[in-house]
Order: sequence, then C-alpha cells, then structure tokens
Amino acid sequence: MSAYDALIIGAGHNGLVCASYLAAQGLRVRVLEANAEVGGLAATRVFFPGFRASVAHTVSHFSHRVLKDLAIDTDLLRHPLPSIALSPEGRHIKIDDGEVYGASDEDKQAYSEYAKRLQRFSRVLAPLWTQAAPPIGGNTLGEVLKFAHTGLRMRSLGRRNMGELLRVITLPLQDLMDEHFHNPALQSLLAWEGLIGNQQAPRSPNNSVLQLLYRMSEGTMPIHVLPNGGIQGFIQSLRQAAEDRGVEITTHTRVSRVLLNSTQSGLAVTGVKTAAGETIEADRVVSNADPQTTFLDLLGSENLEIEFSNRIRRIRANGYVAKLHLALKGEPIFSNLERADGRMILASSLKVIEQAYDDAKYGGLPEQPVMEIVVPSLRDSSLAPAGQHVLSAHVMYVPSKLQEGWSDSSRRRLYDLILGTIEAYAPNIRSLVLGHELLTPLDLEHTFSNRGGHWQHGDLALDQMLMMRPTYGAAQYASPVEGLYLCGAGCHPAGDLTGAPGFNAARAISA
Amino acid sequence: MKRYDAVVIGAGHNGLTNAAYLAKAGLDVLVVEKNDYIGGAAVSRELHQGWIYSNCSYVCSMMRQALHRDLDLARHGLLLVPYLGTVNFADDGRTLISYHDEEAAYLELKRHSRHDADAMFRFQADLTRYSQLIRKTLLRTPPDPTSFKPRDIRELLFLAKQFWSLGEHELYEYIRFFTLSAADFLEDYFETDLVKQTMASAGIIGTALGVYSPGSSYILLHHVMGDVDGNIGAWGLARGGMGAISNALASALYGYGGSIRTEAPVGRVLVRGGSAYGVVLESGEEILANIVVSNLDAKRTFTQIVDRDDLPPEIYERARHFKIRGSSGKVNVALSGMPKFLNVPDNPYINRGGQAFTGSMETMERAYDCWKRGQWSDDPFIESVIPSAWDPTVAPPGQHWMSNFIQYCPAELADGPWTDQKRDQFGQTVIDKIERHSPGFKDLIVHMEVRTPREIEDEIGLTAGNIFQGELTIDQLLFNRPFPGYAQYRMPIKRMYMCGSSTHPGGGVSSACGANAAREILLDLKKPNTVPEDDFYDE
Repeated sequence: MSAYDALIIGAGHNGLVCASYLAAQGLRVRVLEANAEVGGLAATRVFFPGFRASVAHTVSHFSHRVLKDLAIDTDLLRHPLPSIALSPEGRHIKIDDGEVYGASDEDKQAYSEYAKRLQRFSRVLAPLWTQAAPPIGGNTLGEVLKFAHTGLRMRSLGRRNMGELLRVITLPLQDLMDEHFHNPALQSLLAWEGLIGNQQAPRSPNNSVLQLLYRMSEGTMPIHVLPNGGIQGFIQSLRQAAEDRGVEITTHTRVSRVLLNSTQSGLAVTGVKTAAGETIEADRVVSNADPQTTFLDLLGSENLEIEFSNRIRRIRANGYVAKLHLALKGEPIFSNLERADGRMILASSLKVIEQAYDDAKYGGLPEQPVMEIVVPSLRDSSLAPAGQHVLSAHVMYVPSKLQEGWSDSSRRRLYDLILGTIEAYAPNIRSLVLGHELLTPLDLEHTFSNRGGHWQHGDLALDQMLMMRPTYGAAQYASPVEGLYLCGAGCHPAGDLTGAPGFNAARAISA
Repeated sequence: MKRYDAVVIGAGHNGLTNAAYLAKAGLDVLVVEKNDYIGGAAVSRELHQGWIYSNCSYVCSMMRQALHRDLDLARHGLLLVPYLGTVNFADDGRTLISYHDEEAAYLELKRHSRHDADAMFRFQADLTRYSQLIRKTLLRTPPDPTSFKPRDIRELLFLAKQFWSLGEHELYEYIRFFTLSAADFLEDYFETDLVKQTMASAGIIGTALGVYSPGSSYILLHHVMGDVDGNIGAWGLARGGMGAISNALASALYGYGGSIRTEAPVGRVLVRGGSAYGVVLESGEEILANIVVSNLDAKRTFTQIVDRDDLPPEIYERARHFKIRGSSGKVNVALSGMPKFLNVPDNPYINRGGQAFTGSMETMERAYDCWKRGQWSDDPFIESVIPSAWDPTVAPPGQHWMSNFIQYCPAELADGPWTDQKRDQFGQTVIDKIERHSPGFKDLIVHMEVRTPREIEDEIGLTAGNIFQGELTIDQLLFNRPFPGYAQYRMPIKRMYMCGSSTHPGGGVSSACGANAAREILLDLKKPNTVPEDDFYDE
C-alpha cells in the first residue's frame, strides 16, 4: 500500500482546490510544487527588491460553490474594481457596479439591454461549467438526462432569446459590439474578456462570445475583484483550506516523471519521480499541469496510444499574452483620471486590437500593443514599500514563437513598445520606473511550466471544450492510464481563477 | 386586372428554380427581373464582339444533381463538362499542378513533399466524409430549434441523430473541421506551404475571412461539397457559359407554363393587413399575386423593397445587421491567344485547367489584412480559368477568354468611395500580378472588364457584391440563415417568402435554396410537392 492515496502535481489553485476536496473525503493527499511559492500563475513573487506581484492580477468568476464548500470567507471578494476604458483624448469610459459612465445615453441604454440579455444566456449555461461533460456515445440514462436538461434550460429562454443565443454564440466580437455600441473604447472594454488569453482577435468568429459567457459563469457581467489581502491572501486561504483538511504541500519539488506499472488491464500509475531523483509512491496521480506537459513530458507518448497522443499534440496552446510588472517610485497618474484604481483597458478601438493581432499572427511584435492594467498596490500596500507602487499589465498580442526568436534585444524592444503605449495615457510613467519584469509567453512557460505560456493551458474553443477538452478519452478527468487524472485549466471548463476544473476533477476521482 | 398565383422577384438561378417548381405544381407564376437579361449572377454576356463572358460566377459544381435531372436541364440545353487540373503559382516561382489522374497527382505532390503526397489521400477521404454530412442537409428545410412543432422536433432529431451517430471520434473531427481556420486544419495534414495554399484558397473565396480566421475551413467545404456527375469536389464548366444554366432553368419554367418579364425592376412589395398581395414596379405598374417570393438578398429585401412600417422592428434591425460583405472582385479578359505561364510544362492538358495565384499562406492572409483596412492588396489572390480552352463557343477560333476572380476587394474603401479610376487601378494590379507569372500576358489582352463590389451590386443587385448573398459563418448558417426564426423560407409578412442564397443552404449555383423555398410554399398552399428528395447514389 502506498503512502498516499493521491499525489497532485502542481500547487496551482486548481491543484489546491482538488486536493482539499479529496482530503475532505479522507484521502491522504500530497501536493508537489516545483516553484518556491504555491498558486501557479496566481503565485505572488518578488520581481524587484521590495516589490511583489502575481501574474493573475484579479479574481473574476471564482466558483461560489467552491468558496462555500471550502469555507473561504466570501468577504475576501467583496470589493469589485471599476473597469475603465482609457481614451487617448481623456474621454474615459467607466463601468462601475453595473453603471456606465462617460458614454452617450444611447450606448448606456444599449448596455443595460446587452447586459440583461447576456446574463440570461450565462445563467442558462452556468450549470455546464461545474460538472463533468459526459462523453458521447454509450451514455447512461443519467448522462442523457444531463444533455436533455441543458436543452430544456435553453428552451426556457423563450423562442426569441434562444434563437438569439444560437446566433450570437459564434459571432465575432466585432459584430456583436457593432450591433450594440457606437463608442469605440466601450467596444474594446466589453470585448476584452472574450479575447484575452486565446489566439483570437475581434474579427475572429466562433470562440470569443463563448469565452465571454464562460467568464460570466457566476451569472453576472464580468466583475473583477482585488481580494482583501491581495491575490496572495486569496491563494493563502486556499492553501490553508487544503492544509486544514490534512493535505501535505511540498514546494521546491519538481516532478519529472509519472511512474507506471503494467497490470492485466493495462498501465497503472504507481507514483512519481522527482527531478531530485526521489520516488514517491501513490495510488493516484492528479496532474494540475497542462495536458501536453502531463501526457507528452511526464508520462511520455510511448505509454499512450498514438491517436491519443496525436490529439494531445495538436491542442492549440500558443500563448499570446505577455505580462509586465513595473516597480514605481510613486503613484502612476493617468491623464484625466482621478486615481488609477480600477482595471484599465488601453485599447482605443477594436481596430487597434485587431492590428496588434495582425502583427503577432505572423510572429512579429505588435507596433501598438493593447493591454489591461491594474495598480494592485493601491489596494494592497504590502506589495511595495511605503508610497511606492506596482503596475501590473496583461499585454496583447505577444507571440510565444517570435519569428526572430526571443532575445534580450527583442525583449527590450517589446518593453519600449509597451512603455510607449502607456506613456500616451500616463505621460510621466517612465520617470517613475525603478525596475521591471517582462514575462513573454516563453518566459511564462519557463517560469510556470505551462506549455506555450498559455493562460488556459489551451485555447477555449468549440473543438476544445466540454467533452473535447483536452480531448475525448481524457475529458472526464480520468486518463487512458489507470490512476492518472487531470485537474488543471486544460480540462473542462477552462482557465482563469475559478476552481471549477479542480472541483470537477475531485468529483470524478472520488466517484 | 390579372392576378398571378405567385410573383418571383429576380430572375437569378434560384428565382428561376423556385418559379419552375411552382409552375410545375400548376401555379400561374411570373418572374420579374430588373435587367434586360435573365440569370442574375449566372450569365453569359457578349461584352466584346465574339467573346462571351460568364462575367460573374464562372464555374459550376454545386448544382444539385437531383434537381438537374428532375427539371431535365440537359434537354433544355445544359451541358456540364468537368475541367482538368489547376496550377497553383507560389511567390517563389514554384508551381503545383492538381492532376485528376491519381498517379500523376501523387507524383506531382511528391516533387514537393513525399509526406504531403501521402497525406493527400487521407485529406481527400476526410473531406469527402465531412461533405457527406452537409450534403444530406442541402435539400432539407432547416428545423427551428426553438419550436415545439412536431415537424421541427422530428427534423431536429434527424440532425441530432446524424451527429450523434458519428461517435466521439468523428464528432471531434467534424467539430474541428466546422470551426477551425483553414490554416489550422491544413496544418494537421501538410507540411509544405505550397500544398497548404493550394488547399486553403477555397476557404476564402467569396468571404470576408482570412485563411487564419476560425471558420474558414467550413468555407473550404462549402466549395468542395458539390459534384459534377457524381464526382464530389469536381468542378465543371457550362458549355456556352454560366448563362446556359439560367437559360435551361428558364426553358424548364416556360415548359411548365410560367413567364418572365425583364426590365421590370420592383419598387416595393405591396402589403395590406400584414399580408403581401403583389409588387409595384418602379414604373408604378402594379402586379398582383397571391404570394410574393423574393430572390433578392435578405438585406436588400427588407431594407429596400419592403416598407419599414410593414415589418416587425427587430426584423428591420436584423436585416440592417445582416452580414453581407463585399470581398471579391472580378476581371474578365479577352485574349488574342493562349497565355504561357512560367514553370509549367507546355502541355495542352494543363491549359485546360485553372490557374490559382496564391503566393503563400501569408500572402493570402496579408491580402485579407488589407481588406480589413479598406484597401485592396498589391498582391491579391487570383483564381483564374480559361473556359475557351474547352468551349469553342465562348471566344473566336484561336482566341481565348479568361475569368479572373480576385480575393479580396473591399466594398468600401478607406479613402472614399469607388471611382472608375480606382476600379481601373485595381484591374491593373490584377493584370500586373498575372504578368509576373506569364510574361507577355498584357500584350494578349483584347478587351477587359473590371468588376469591383460596386459594379456587381449596381448591375445584379447583390448587396456589397457579396457572391453568397450573406457571409457563410455559423451565425448565418442553417437555422440562423438569414435570421433566427425565419430560416424556413417564410418571412414575417404573410404570403411572402425568400428563395435566394440568403437562405439555407447558402451561396453557389446550387438551385437548392429556390427548390427548398418552393417545397415550403407548396406546403402552405396545400398543393402536392413537386420538389424531389436529394439522392445519394454516390454514398
């Protein structure tokens, strides 16, 4: 008998959530984390002496169900950030607590109708995200009922709304926005959620509305929150929840291989081997790593049927988002904005976003990058020395495979392009910079071991969702190898700080 | 005053098909056409003495065989001949010839890549399989997924069953195919750019998408799901030009007792009490009819010939937002001799195919980037065919006519509206590109007709010159075409129907839209159905 019932590879938030649920059922669970901090992309790290930041800089649609089950204080998530579309001319648009400020009356009216309709759609889809998607074919009665239930929920929208859902679900955001709004900055602000993370631009059909609705999985328009105590405090409470349930968490321990044994019914896991050469035995191994790393690197394609490993290989997981952290000696001032207290979108129109993508799709750097900026130190003073600040930016579109190859000079050029863009909105920014960290998708991959540096471990797309995520044969969290499971963002439903893949995986494992 | 049973607006191929099937059921049908010729975008026109241009659509493959035979179009003079291999020209001068003969095709591919030559078998087999699912839906009316009518539920179950019975593996492959970009889809099969560009070009013809845009692999399928004499994916030429198809359909219509009036542009549909009762021509003349069928595109129908007050407000909005984007141009050229192309063997077989100036995947995508910015590319994708190599009736002996289809050509330019001067510059860009692959080409030109979206819209009434009467993206396909809730050819005005390519299954000279609409109309009129079921002798 092994020392552990389950080993979890990676202490990303989904690994921690999954571990908590498993331990709550009495399983002996150990989490192995390669880095020094837990939290994966949400880990808070020192990027310049005295300054700390996390790659994931807000929480938006974390599952309330998971928070409740893990007894995490929901007060943590009580302070939403306003969303602000910065305009180069200073005519900013702000959405705060469901109200639009700075737009025409026509756009405000359109927003309230748009929000109402989208929220109805998202509530219909909501149950999909927190349950495993049944496989196709050979279904049990319960699974058939699950499909039927979703169909009935859609019909409950009424004829007109259901028809509208089926029409807009694959619409490019450019078209959806043009149908509703005139203000170009407002269009960028609202489209942003549907675009970021995936390889897609405003004019790309099929997948972006889907991602937008996924990001409304809690039934509301996307609300971004900086938790009390920061992202660090939030991850800490997830860690605490796991440890309270008896989970053992070991950092600085990189898993290099999943160990196998042949049984009569095929291959079964026996544990893992660490990079330091240690063997840890367990009955189950649950990987919070992305599917490609899990199956191709840790397990090895020689242990998989070739069609399966081919499908894993062709998962589209090219990251297009870079992360910039600036250490600032004072509070950044944006023209015509009282305080930089919000989630600010620097993209004056969808056209600008499209052009940034056009540069990146050929493997180039965007001449005019677009980005989402948060100054987390305004709400969490522990991130920087007194009076000083951290600026955190998600920058699109930055290809993981740069045609010229990533080098110090290409990084420098990207940094200058980004700062040049910020300068147009915050003219004194350069004079405040003490230091910076620029993480290209390739750097993200090296730091966090997520293939392609992709936020979601693979694009959220019609062919990579539900029972196709990461691919059939592994979409119900169990893999073709007995005892090996997935619990990360590469599984249904997808990435972001939600806890949903970890929750769904734990249910599948203990079923 | 005479009252017709049905008046059909527009003598395009779908309008003629629709009218023919209504007339076959015994209805007194009149087709009204604004031009002094019939055919819409399927025409043969002598625009230079001795040369007959198919100056819009230029090749045929999607005509449903069941309709072709049922209307006995061969007896009405239609002869379709398959055309042979197309040559693809890359920017670097390399060429790829698509032979029909399997061994020749394999050897030609192997010249570039053995891997790709082998992969082609898998690719063709997969494509044929995918197209079979779609083909089953072409001559069926899409179900309304929001309705509880037994017929809709039955049809929805039919569709669901088709999908479900594919099994997990096939379903995954199908979903990929329906939603990916042509580039991502082809990446699974091929390694050389030349082979990819050859296959990808069908994914962008007629659409405002690029080879890298998700959804373009479906367009690729839309272009290969047709057949010529049962050969799926084959393309054919109509002897005498594409007008031969329209003429054969018109002849069938006359045979059933229908009639056509040309030079009769419709001003407005007559509506009283929410019900259509005829049309009024621009001349002021009223034509009364029991039902009105529009072969115009959805945007034109509901924003130009129907009074806004007669429509539910949301339909007017839907029509205004209907995605019908101009993205293609056409350059028709009369030539004094057969052009010679670089890097192509001097082989009469090859001259009988088409030419595709694709360049590279990136060249095609960059042409799309130009379109997005409201410009035309200096290096556009051109698909050409020289029908006179096959058909002696379309050019004087020893001389030729060449059809060039250009992707992309924006309907609206960033620097202001189209002018004759800009149109001619656009045409020159196209000729310059061909000249690069065929030195001396310019000297062969006897006459040239350049058509941007402006000319296409003005002459044949396709909004923005969109050849499909509306983009073929999922939000405008099947039960979403043209609008959710109105995909069954019935319109929000009683006794009014649509039969053009704005309806399911979409663009292409297929006659399927017109036939499907006729079936629905006859159902409403409680007349026996005259429209045949589709047949699948090839499966």
